[in-house]
Amino acid sequence: MVEAIYSLFGVESPLLYLTAIVLSILAIVLPLLISVAFAVYFDRKIWAAVQMRRGPNVVGPFGLLQSFADGLKLFVKETVVPAGANKFIFLMAPMITFTLALIAWAVIPFDAGMMISDLNVGILYILAISSLGVYGIIMSGWASNSRYAFLGGLRSAAQMVSYEVSIGFVLVCVLMAVGSLNLSDVVNAQSGGFWNWYFIPFFPIFIIFFISALAETNRPPFDLPEAEAELVAGYQVEYSSMAFALFFLGEYANILLMSAVMAVLFFGGWEAPIPALDFIPGIFWMLAKIAFGFWMFAMVKAFVPRYRYDQLMRLGWKVFLPLSLFFVVFYAGIMVAFDLLPSQG
Amino acid sequence: MQSLLMQYLPILIFLGIAIGLSVVFVAAAWLIARQNPDSEKLSAYECGFEAFEDARHQFDVRFYLVAILFIIFDLEVAFLFPWAVTLGKIGVFGFWSMMAFLGVLTIGFIYEWKKGALEWE
Repeated sequence: MVEAIYSLFGVESPLLYLTAIVLSILAIVLPLLISVAFAVYFDRKIWAAVQMRRGPNVVGPFGLLQSFADGLKLFVKETVVPAGANKFIFLMAPMITFTLALIAWAVIPFDAGMMISDLNVGILYILAISSLGVYGIIMSGWASNSRYAFLGGLRSAAQMVSYEVSIGFVLVCVLMAVGSLNLSDVVNAQSGGFWNWYFIPFFPIFIIFFISALAETNRPPFDLPEAEAELVAGYQVEYSSMAFALFFLGEYANILLMSAVMAVLFFGGWEAPIPALDFIPGIFWMLAKIAFGFWMFAMVKAFVPRYRYDQLMRLGWKVFLPLSLFFVVFYAGIMVAFDLLPSQG
Repeated sequence: MQSLLMQYLPILIFLGIAIGLSVVFVAAAWLIARQNPDSEKLSAYECGFEAFEDARHQFDVRFYLVAILFIIFDLEVAFLFPWAVTLGKIGVFGFWSMMAFLGVLTIGFIYEWKKGALEWE
């Protein structure tokens, strides 16, 4: 993508190359922020539709501008920094969350060659960035100096690290079948139609990945860090104005990111479901798959009751960890026994 | 080597842009909105009373235990990554080597399960 924009200039110069990089980053970030705004709107609409309510319908046609109005409202609110808080860390925490939610998108391929950086260790990069996400939350919980924020931050940290392990095992299973950490290679390994997509052979670990992704992004039914019945809003309780908005944007950007990773790993990324539809540009399929992933997240939020914290930890450590470990051994065994491994290494 | 590092240049710039964007968001809201703090507004949230003490009190040791278990298993995952990528090359011998390693870890996992390290009554 950077190279494509660079070649448009027609002149060779390091400065123009940097400009091309900045332009391609903006081409990802601006649509991403706008889609986050609409993702919040669709989330609320789906939630409302399941509960036979109307949802936001006042601001703009069908309430489409609701998120922008909310954003504007947050923007002109006072930034309250509690007197007992550690002010620097308090303000840094939402920035870290937001920054990490954005930069993970650097390796997501939207079409063949359409990503900011085609890293050869793309999956590792995503895993690393999403692991760092826990810092923003635990820093906000600690720096707020409020009991609710503190407990919420602790809970969230423990929850995120618990489910990260099973996500790691799931990634290992996919890696074995692909033989590469590059996300483009993952998509290319699934080309040729939906019967080649990995959600069919890897169906059990796809389910594990989806549920772990729910826990990783603190979505219902695993939204215990902010369980409003017991912890008011968890680590976000002391935040207001744009500092709160950054948490909110970061959270939804992470949900979209998880949908995108799910699309790449299990639904063939930019590949069309049947080869006859290849004339439609790949970016359409990728965006449609991300939207489908988000729709699943929204539906789960709408009709699943919240877990209790001990149930959550039991599910993570006693069910998903042994199960995903078993599936690593199971798939490795099958692939070695039947010689299904990619030989290029 | 040069081209490998060049792949990370966009990510570095992306990091800069993302940090800049978040700082601008917070700073702009700080400057535009009217700041009118008072001592009630700045006190920590509580259910209708003053907070009794500092919020950073003792917490359950199990959170610490979870963190330690996480390190063990995340290292294991990090160990599995290169193995999974090269499994086609290292073949049956590589497969069984890793199975031995996973077997040792599984014994450890069973031990901590029986010891009750995973209980959250």
